[in-house]
Amino acid sequence: MKTQWNDAPGGFHPASAPDFLPRRELEQLQLGRLRSVVARAYERVPLFRRRMEERGLAPDALRALEDLGRLPFTVKADLRDTYPFGLFASPMEEIVRLHASSGTTGKPIVVAYTERDVEIWASVMVRSFAACGLHRGDVIQNAYGYGLFTGGLGAHYGAEALGATVIPISGGNTERQLMVLQDFNVSAICCTPSYMVHLIERAKEAKIGFGRLKVGVFGAEPWSDSMRKHIEAEAGIRAHDIYGLSEIIGPGVGIECARQDGLHLFEDHFFPEIIDPVSGQVLPDGVEGELVLTTLSKEAMPMIRYRTRDITALHPEPCPCGRTIRRIRRIGRRSDDMFIIRGVNVFPSQVEVALLQVEGTLPHYQIVLRREKGLDEMEVQVEVTPEVFSDTIGALERLRRQLEGAIDHVLGIRVKVTLVAPRTLARSEGKAKRVKDERSI
Amino acid sequence: MKIRQLSLFLENRPGQLRFPCKVLGEAGIDILTMSLADTQQFGILRLVVKDWERAKRALEEAGVVVNVTEVLAVDVPDRPGGLASVLEAFEKAGVGVEYMYAFAPSRERGKYATLLFRLEDPDSAAKLLQANGVKLVSASELFARAEA
Repeated sequence: MKTQWNDAPGGFHPASAPDFLPRRELEQLQLGRLRSVVARAYERVPLFRRRMEERGLAPDALRALEDLGRLPFTVKADLRDTYPFGLFASPMEEIVRLHASSGTTGKPIVVAYTERDVEIWASVMVRSFAACGLHRGDVIQNAYGYGLFTGGLGAHYGAEALGATVIPISGGNTERQLMVLQDFNVSAICCTPSYMVHLIERAKEAKIGFGRLKVGVFGAEPWSDSMRKHIEAEAGIRAHDIYGLSEIIGPGVGIECARQDGLHLFEDHFFPEIIDPVSGQVLPDGVEGELVLTTLSKEAMPMIRYRTRDITALHPEPCPCGRTIRRIRRIGRRSDDMFIIRGVNVFPSQVEVALLQVEGTLPHYQIVLRREKGLDEMEVQVEVTPEVFSDTIGALERLRRQLEGAIDHVLGIRVKVTLVAPRTLARSEGKAKRVKDERSI
Repeated sequence: MKIRQLSLFLENRPGQLRFPCKVLGEAGIDILTMSLADTQQFGILRLVVKDWERAKRALEEAGVVVNVTEVLAVDVPDRPGGLASVLEAFEKAGVGVEYMYAFAPSRERGKYATLLFRLEDPDSAAKLLQANGVKLVSASELFARAEA
């Protein structure tokens, strides 16, 4: 995909044209695409077909957009249960990319892209960057992690397609990040918001500024308005929230425009619904509930009514920027127990898998999340049981290191394990609150 | 020839050391000797008491995690160089030491000091050490000395 977008000075980037489609045209486009994707999934994805048949539904049941509400949901467990390739709708020879992200147990969830899917992904990322005011001539420092994580390559392909100068620096090595930011005349940065806070701390310590930096595109974890104000004040930039999830495409599902009042979803590719998380009923715009997304154009892995577990609401009024694609409120919380640390999704159940591996049984544990100098720290407190308590310091230290190693292996991040005395962790009647999130702002 | 020693896990925060001592006090248990090994995060309190089974029960009922280990008590000549000569015997016998600590002074003061040793295999170590002239002390002898 080597086309370079030529942006006209002032006005909007040509790639952003679909953002401004009149509602009626947009809805017609959505319906046509919806019918195609449902037919495709029905034909090629056994799990989806089975669920449709169980409900006595066939693809022709979709006459209007509202009919989507009759179709079955897809949940994260479906990806786990069909690991690795069970939800693919394209043959392997057509799949040019695989990415993976955290699942609820030891296995990751796998997502796939055809050549066309990769182009779509780049195009929504171009639209995202354009909405932040970026264009050819900008120098973009991409500090999202490159690898199986969709953040790095997603932002990369989009920034390149935008025509900007991309620095594929990936995550980590803060000193080098700050040096590049200064020396390479960087005008925009992409990373997790908490990493930006960390960069700000270190820049302050080193008494260096942010050079030409004017925009930040931050995502992969929820962040508050006070955190945004902090980043904007300290770095002198405009901080935009970007939304995405691997199961849908990666980053690029939604973006804040210059108004920074909600995230526009690229509705021509991702159809949003808000549902009551308990009853599954579709809720009207303006009412808070769980965000459900349906991919309208992806080929390799179409997702029909995927429950994101993110709690938000669709803005009922149109945005003053002129975009007709609807906005969702910034995501503050989830309806499950997943949390995000350093941009990585973590389920407490994954920690349990690791503890079980080492000890053979599940001890009482508590996860404590803190933020030190902008860097997220995760501590897992584990009660010492008679079975694992050994008389020598060496053996206990070994146990601690084993636990840290097992958790690192399952989650992919380093954590601190603290052994605590038995019966010191809170017990509860119902579902134990396994996570204490002490991070503020 | 082996002595039963109790080990307790202590988190590194206030009150953790006092609590098991209070439990033992209330159960009327007399501590003969003890040692506290520490890391930044936690400590292990090692105790030798007369009635170890009763002590273990009392501690476990109070929620303390208790481990029982077998250690050897060695009479070491109570003069400069005494310990070094005994450790030479250990080396000759090929016995590795996990940790050691001293018993509280007894009436043998001036003649012998008693040290407790944790070894990987206390049974074979006992045989090897005695063959090399190391003087081991039995539990009953230790408790008798404590009475005096």
